[in-house]
This record gives sequence, C-alpha cells and structure tokens, in this order.
Amino acid sequence: MGPCEKCKKAQATFHLTNLEQHSIKEERHLCERCAAEEGLLGSEKPVLDLSHLMEQFVSGGKASAAALAGLVCEECGMTYIEFRNQGVLGCPHDYDVFAEPLAKLLESAHDGATHHVGKSPRSLGQSRKPTDELRRLRRLLDEAVTGEDYERAASLRDRIREIESA
Amino acid sequence: MTAPLGDVVRQLGEWLRGSGPQSDVVISTRIRLARNLRGFPFLSRASVEQRAELVQTLATASRRAGDLAKLIHVDVEKLDELDRQLLVERHIISRQHAEANGARAVAFDREESVSLMMNEEDHLRMQVIRSGLQLEEAWELISRVDDSIDQQVEYAYHAQFGYLTACPTNVGTGLRVSVMLHLPALRLTGELEKVAHAAREMKLAVRGLFGEGTEALGDFFQISNQITLGRGELDLIDDFRKDVIPKIIEYELAARRSLIKSRQQAVDDKIWRALGTLRNARLMSSNEAMQCLSYVRLGLHTGRLSAIDLHTVNELFLQSQQAHLQKLQGERLTGEQRSVVRAALFRSRLGHINQN
Repeated sequence: MGPCEKCKKAQATFHLTNLEQHSIKEERHLCERCAAEEGLLGSEKPVLDLSHLMEQFVSGGKASAAALAGLVCEECGMTYIEFRNQGVLGCPHDYDVFAEPLAKLLESAHDGATHHVGKSPRSLGQSRKPTDELRRLRRLLDEAVTGEDYERAASLRDRIREIESA
Repeated sequence: MTAPLGDVVRQLGEWLRGSGPQSDVVISTRIRLARNLRGFPFLSRASVEQRAELVQTLATASRRAGDLAKLIHVDVEKLDELDRQLLVERHIISRQHAEANGARAVAFDREESVSLMMNEEDHLRMQVIRSGLQLEEAWELISRVDDSIDQQVEYAYHAQFGYLTACPTNVGTGLRVSVMLHLPALRLTGELEKVAHAAREMKLAVRGLFGEGTEALGDFFQISNQITLGRGELDLIDDFRKDVIPKIIEYELAARRSLIKSRQQAVDDKIWRALGTLRNARLMSSNEAMQCLSYVRLGLHTGRLSAIDLHTVNELFLQSQQAHLQKLQGERLTGEQRSVVRAALFRSRLGHINQN
C-alpha cells in the first residue's frame, strides 16, 4: 500500500487505472481526501486514513514524539520512526515493541477495534468449535433449500454429516 | 517446476466463465488471506537467504498439504516481464507481486480459482476467486486452504492482534474481500454516487477497474473491506453478502430497467455502436475495447443483443489485454502495433456473427 500521489502523506485507498490511447497505462493512487477534492467521490468525510491518523497521533502529543522515536525492536532493528515513514513493520515482534502506539493506531484504523475476533491457528485449538460450524452450515442449508439450490444443499448436507460423524 | 504459461492464454479461469450467481452484475468474488510465518522477519527486513527459504518452506508446505498437492508452481522471479503481466491480467498474482524484486513464487490450480502468492507484501497471500457472487463458497474454500497450510507451518499469530501482517491495516483476520461489479447503467444514469455511499456506510473501499480517462471510473468496480481487526471473517463477509452487494445489484438492475423503459433507443444505439466499432475498427486501444465490451455486455444482460454469447465477451475481455495479445501474437508489440492487432482480434472473432 503506497502513499497518495497527490498529498504524498495519506495512504492511497482509491486506485484508478486508466488505459489510455494505445494502452499506455496511467495509474492514480489517491487517498480518499484527495479523491474527493478531485470530484471522484462525494464530499463526505474520509473513512479511514492511516497516515493522517499516524501524523495526528505522533504530533498530537499523547505520548511524546521523543519517547516514540526511542522505540526500537531488538530483533529486527526497526525503529518506530522507520515504521511511521514506511507504513510496514519489520517483524512480528514489532507488534509487542510498538504495542502502545500501535494499539491506538489500530483502534483508529479499524473502527475502534482493539482485539482480534475470528479464526486462529489450529495449534491453539480454540476456534474450531464444531457447534459453531454446524450452526453456520445449517443456516446455509436452509438458505440453499429456500433458494432451490439443491446441488449446494446436497453438498452442505454432506459436510454436516461429515462433521457430525467425526 | 515452472509451468508452460503458453497454455493458459487460450483458456478462461473459472472466475471469468460468467456462470456464477448474479453474474449479470457481479463479475467475480475474491477473498484473500494474509499470513506470515513465525521465526522470520517480514519481507522488508528479510535477507536474500531468508526470502529464498520462505519460498522453499511455503512451496513445500503446499506440496505436502493433500488437497493442494496438485497446484502448478511458478517461479515469479524467473519469469520475464510479459509473463508476469500475463499472470496479473488473469488475477493469479497482484501487480505488486509482479513488480517486486527477489525470490517470490506463485502456486495456482488449473481452474485458476486458488492461488498462493509467496513473498508478496506478506510471506503468504492466498486467494480464491469465483465467478459471480459466491462469498460463502469462496470463504469455505480459502478457509480450507488456510487450514491445510496451517498444518504444515507455524503462522505468526498474536493473542491480542490475531494474524500478524507486515502492514497493520491487514492485521487480525488478514482478510480482504473484493467483489468486482459491472455497473454500466449506474454510470449512464449518473448514479454512481449511490454506490460510493453504500460502500462508505459500511466502511468499504471502492476501486475503479479499467476506468476511462474522461469518465473517471468506467464501468468496472471493485468493492473491498478495509477493516480487518475486531470482527470475525463471517461478519465481515456478511456485510457484503447481506447488505452492500444486494443493494448495489438492486440499484444497477433498477437503472437498467429505467434506461430501457425511458431511453431505449439511446441505449440500443450505445450497444450497437459498440458492437459496430468492435467489428470494424482498425486501431483499438484497450481503453476503447473495455468500454465497447462493457456496452456489449450490457446488451447481453438486458436482452437487447443475443448474437454473441457471454463466454466470447469474457474471452475477448481477457485476450485483448496487452500481455495476452502479445502472447497470442507470439511476439513483442509496441503500443501502436497492439492497437492494430487488438482491432484485428475483434474483427476476426466478431466479424461472422449475424446482426439482428
């Protein structure tokens, strides 16, 4: 994910590919704010704007910029400033080293979320509760039958039986 | 290990067969999951050796995973630019993957539904593409692929943040859903703002595909999620399945009906002119080709045109793109030469049909 080509700050979330005469490709990568300025969107407020959020956050003074600048991952050598400039992290451990500033950033970027919900690796063995999966499959089966999609209904029925007999 | 890419040029991946549900508006459904391996840095910090080891580890993992054993493996680093572009046009790899440097590879199935990109932005980006609107089916398939790989490797996973990704905008589920839509009537009636609004309400991003220079977006759009943390995969998918996509389909179909009802001759004129251009032009840019094919597709789906089948339109949609064109021609072509060859392709494929 690159920066917006117009303001060079915010993350581009709006991607246009123009296939010009004789198929020379012109690509435009804009953040929502700049896309809106160019009349490519409505005038409403941008939804998600990571770099703007980051700037706001770093200069906003909740934690001092100096303290953040001192953060460095001992495993990969990535500093917080480098992360802020590049937008990508250096290694999984960075999520712990930068946990505090990241948590706030993630909250802004992911609509207030702070914790993962959903799948987890098999080794942790928590996510695959067969009852949830069965409930989901039964709901889909109902939908397939209502929609008269019998081929799909049959395959769903097979999956349900497979899980029940396991 | 490297498959002969020459063969794929004349085929259509499953996602372009136009056979899926709601295929009059929805071209394809794509779901991808971003995963990284524990014990390795992310790619921005990976050494040459680590990059190579990652490809090796992931390729071995997929070969050992029973249901993935038959995937076709391609060493993207060794491909020339044209072959990489070919894979981009077929949506088997991303543009970023094509343009990156260093060790990287892809494994995909013959249907071109499943693809595993190794060393993209994350160590592994796996995706499933299906024709039409098949969100549940695509999720079931990608989740099973994920489980198979999971049995062979150890993913970087965090108790609080979920699956760890190089960019924190993907962290959590690592899920990106993209639904590709064909919305010619909404563009003609100037109602695309409705689409942007519906997407924005649910915090989804709209991307234009093959948008025309003058008309900012053209007729092909992708809707995708931006939030990946704090909501389960099925909830994220349900936003598309139950809310946004049905709404947009309804807008587009209503716009088509209203156009046919109130401006039938103007619509017919667009459709038949597009067909006339495709059948007769001597120079055709890919821009113009996309727009003409968009109108022809609108003609097919509104019953205004029946002399062509959707399969042909989809085939031309793919084969008129620059890498496909050059592969079919068997030589490198300049932009101007491509225009000539592209026009000839359309004439030869559409010249014989009966106009009615």
